[in-house]
Amino acid sequence: MVAQNVAFWIFAAFMAAGAIRVVTTDNIVHAALWLVLVLAGGAAQFILLGQEFVAWVQVIVYIGAVIVLFLFGIMLTRAPMEAEEKLNNNLRWPGLAAALLFAGTLAWAFLDQWGSDKIKLTKPVRTKEIGDLVFRGYLVPFEVVGVLLLAALIGAVVMARKD
Amino acid sequence: MLLNQFLLLSAFLFGTGIYGVITRKHTVLVLASVELMLVAVNINMVAFGATLNNAVGQVFALFVLTIAAAEVGVGLAIVLLIYRNLRSANPDDASVLKG
Repeated sequence: MVAQNVAFWIFAAFMAAGAIRVVTTDNIVHAALWLVLVLAGGAAQFILLGQEFVAWVQVIVYIGAVIVLFLFGIMLTRAPMEAEEKLNNNLRWPGLAAALLFAGTLAWAFLDQWGSDKIKLTKPVRTKEIGDLVFRGYLVPFEVVGVLLLAALIGAVVMARKD
Repeated sequence: MLLNQFLLLSAFLFGTGIYGVITRKHTVLVLASVELMLVAVNINMVAFGATLNNAVGQVFALFVLTIAAAEVGVGLAIVLLIYRNLRSANPDDASVLKG
């Protein structure tokens, strides 16, 4: 348990630093690459929790596909590749206030409700259980999500093509 | 491990995402900040799933992941369209609907 806690705090420190760099760096490509660090840290936390299927899905879908999409978006909008102009507007203090207020409220609610609840890990969750759940109890949401993905695909193609 | 350490990490990531959405001047970076928030939500789902010792948290996290992928695809298409029409990726410039 001690080793898991140490690993958690190491990953959490990397994720926090990466998240702060994502929202503050003046180089657009670097922001996307810092996002990779946060996502990889999230996958590591999932493995730490014994939930490995979603961890690998996170690696494949987020780091493999979404980040590549982001880099394409950066290139296609001809974003400045070097840090030549500031990428943050002058709303720093209102933004900070909103973020602190929200995160503070969340943290207070969490501490109030789950003050000392422990996670007792018995065994890793196997992929078979996820398959059973998705194709039995959550079959209708699964199909709906499939239709939504198809609609998003067609919508993105229709919007982005030149005619 | 305490459940709370995961929840507090996710609260921090969500707050950072809010800050990014408010302060970023490039639409792709605003979308990246939205991704930060979705990752925070996923950590919550998986942590609660691990607490309950079943796979439901993972199933919900998978749904969130799917929606996030669809959102990025459509979002970047919209960003591209705005850039093509306005020659700018700054969300402040897309103010045609402003009264």
